[in-house]
Amino acid sequence: MLEPADQTAPLIRARGLTKRFGSFTAVDEIDFDVAPGEAFGFLGPNGAGKTSTMRMIGTVSPATAGELSIFGLDPRQDGASIRARLGVVPQADTLDTELSVIENLLVFGRYFGLSWAESRRRATELLDFVQLTERSKDRVEPLSGGMKRRLVIARALINEPSLLLLDEPTTGLDPQARHLVWDRLYRLKQRGVTLCLTTHYMDEAEQLCDRLVVMDCAKIVAHGSPRELIEKYVSREVLELRFRRAEGETDDSAHLDGQLEGLAERVEQLPDRVLVYTSDGEAVAAAAYERGLRPSSVLVRRSTLEDVFLRLTGRSLVE
Amino acid sequence: MRVFETDLVVFRRSWHSYLISGLSQPFLYLVSMGIGLGVYVNRNGGLPGGVSYIDYVAPALLVTQAMMAAAAESAWPIMGKIEWDKTYIAALNTPVRVGDLLVGDLIWIGFRATLLSVLFLVVILALGAAASPLVLLAVPVAILTALAFAAPIMAFTATQKGDAGFNALFRFGITPLFLFSGTFFPIEKLPEVVQPLAWVTPLYHGVAVARSLSLGEVDPIGWAVHIGALLACFVAGFAVARITFRRRMVV
Amino acid sequence: MIAPLAVGRRQSQADRLVRPTHIVERNTMVYRHTFIVIFSGFFEPLFYLLSMGFGVGALIGDVPLGGGKVPYAVFVAPALLASSAMNGAIYETSNNFFFKLRYAKLYDAIIATPMSLGDAAAGEIMWALLRGSLYAIGFLAVVAVFGVAGQPLVPSPMGILAFPAAMLVGFGFAGAGLAVTTFVRKWQDFDYVQLLLMPMFLFSGTFYPIDAYPPALQLFVECTPLYRGVHLIRALMTGTPDAGIALDVVYLAVLGAVGLVIASRRLEKRLLA
Repeated sequence: MLEPADQTAPLIRARGLTKRFGSFTAVDEIDFDVAPGEAFGFLGPNGAGKTSTMRMIGTVSPATAGELSIFGLDPRQDGASIRARLGVVPQADTLDTELSVIENLLVFGRYFGLSWAESRRRATELLDFVQLTERSKDRVEPLSGGMKRRLVIARALINEPSLLLLDEPTTGLDPQARHLVWDRLYRLKQRGVTLCLTTHYMDEAEQLCDRLVVMDCAKIVAHGSPRELIEKYVSREVLELRFRRAEGETDDSAHLDGQLEGLAERVEQLPDRVLVYTSDGEAVAAAAYERGLRPSSVLVRRSTLEDVFLRLTGRSLVE
Repeated sequence: MRVFETDLVVFRRSWHSYLISGLSQPFLYLVSMGIGLGVYVNRNGGLPGGVSYIDYVAPALLVTQAMMAAAAESAWPIMGKIEWDKTYIAALNTPVRVGDLLVGDLIWIGFRATLLSVLFLVVILALGAAASPLVLLAVPVAILTALAFAAPIMAFTATQKGDAGFNALFRFGITPLFLFSGTFFPIEKLPEVVQPLAWVTPLYHGVAVARSLSLGEVDPIGWAVHIGALLACFVAGFAVARITFRRRMVV
Repeated sequence: MIAPLAVGRRQSQADRLVRPTHIVERNTMVYRHTFIVIFSGFFEPLFYLLSMGFGVGALIGDVPLGGGKVPYAVFVAPALLASSAMNGAIYETSNNFFFKLRYAKLYDAIIATPMSLGDAAAGEIMWALLRGSLYAIGFLAVVAVFGVAGQPLVPSPMGILAFPAAMLVGFGFAGAGLAVTTFVRKWQDFDYVQLLLMPMFLFSGTFYPIDAYPPALQLFVECTPLYRGVHLIRALMTGTPDAGIALDVVYLAVLGAVGLVIASRRLEKRLLA
């Protein structure tokens, strides 16, 4: 029985998807759709349930309740068929340390049932794509974190998947290595590969995702494009104020003393600074100065998803 | 000495597993070979002078287990200190010198060999597998044999990058020694061409002295020759180890 | 963009046979770098054969077997083949398997592919058998050379069946080994595994007949897998088969199969939570 390819049907469809480990609920009745060709993100702090969701999509963790279909298939029954068309970049590298760089790809090709010749052709091509051709014969262990991550991405592509799952693809990488990974993922997206990723980095979500859901405590608390989320939940700009604190002061209330009242849409006090949400940061900064506030540093920036998250949960993402 | 103390501290956490694995093997061999197989050897009158097989095998196993333990400890743990955990590198940042590392760990290996040998001697005595009280002197012989193996193997370890070489060392060195150095049968039963091979191995000498002590044979000249061979092996191994250790650690 | 896809395609029989071989390919790739490790394993039973069979054999002469008497080397050679099959299987499925499971995270990576954990476990067993078969062939070849040189160690043409029998012993221990290793928490736990294997090696009728044991102990020894393996291979190599060999075959086959099933289940529970 063949199902006709349907361009509009979602690649992943989840309704009431739930995962419990004993009495602990890791994922609590979440709904989402991932459309073909898009880059879809799960944003949230550690422990929000992102990885559990990814593992369910990867068919390596059975859902406790709810519906989940991937490529229109049921992971409980067609796990192998789903995995055959899926690329997975797990959070930990899980490279085969007993094999060389290219052997890692070759043997994975075999796991996917490719012929040796086909495995070799794709492996060579993919090493070029992730810029590891020169390290092809090397052992995996001495590679840098960024190289390992790129190799894992190449490995996930050996079966030419139409859907690539990435769990925290750039966690632990230095800025340069992150940009290189983002660049490769962007190219994949251009080629029409659907990306589904988790991250707790705002910049990553803004860089890569067309659409995302914000997860917190096992639930989805907001969804939309990065732009939509910022527009919906926070103002355009943020004014960041820092104050020199006297001995024993744990926050900046004494300095503020209600003086920002009426100047901004919203004021958020963090342990180390005060965030003032407004459409015009410069103007508010000037007004605050007029009222006698003397912060030790002033910064005006555009709002980010970090601010969205703070607004939605009252907590910052990376603690 | 400080190196030895560090070892001792680590050992306090894992001694029971060490004793179980270190003692179980010679004990099981002693029961299986000495008693089980001994029935058939004795029935056939296999050994000259009517020596019972368990009396024959017991002192040999006493020496062999000391060698086995010392060999293993001069390989993996030493490699660990050099390469994997880099404890030696850390120690060398203190006033400890390369020679101290070597001496410290040899004392340590000697200490463990002593511990195992004394315990195994108790087993031998409990099974009545020694003909003479001279068997008590077999313990120092076992310790000396252990050191005669530890020193050259430590020298070898310092030349290795990983533990791949140890596999070959045990398969082609230690195991054949265990089987062919007169432990289970007189080397006179070996083909004549290979007999000289047994003479140059330290284990043969250790086994020969321990056995003659345990059987109560008094043979001062033989003892002197065998002990001399063991000492020579230890001294030569120690000299080479000093060189390879220095080469490895002082760059 | 999305290729048409067969819906509801379950794992076919062909996949079930082919997929485990990818693990064999992977392990072969690994050992290409260190073939000496595999090669050296062949010498262990050979050394024991020379030492025990001929050295100690010279002290013993003949031993009773199946109503008759055979030279000690003939008695001990089959036992060494069985022990070598056991050791080869255990080595691959204990330390090596544990390393791949706990440290290399090999199976964590494999679950992202169409391979199942049952495929992976079956592949490891296949690999252990392949390695074991090299040793068995090597050992039997040496035994044959002794035969040609006038020291016949295999009095019976049935000896040829010792090869599949050694594979069966390997299968039994490989399955059991995998299953046990899924319960192991740390390296030191393997000391306890050794504590089971060492007595089996020394007391399972390997080096001398167990007739001298008290009846209760005899019965106990007869229940151990190595005893069954030694009994089977000895019966074939010396041409003294009895009804017991049917029991040996069933025992070892069931041991391997049950081990494989337990190992697969345990892996699934661990990795597919």
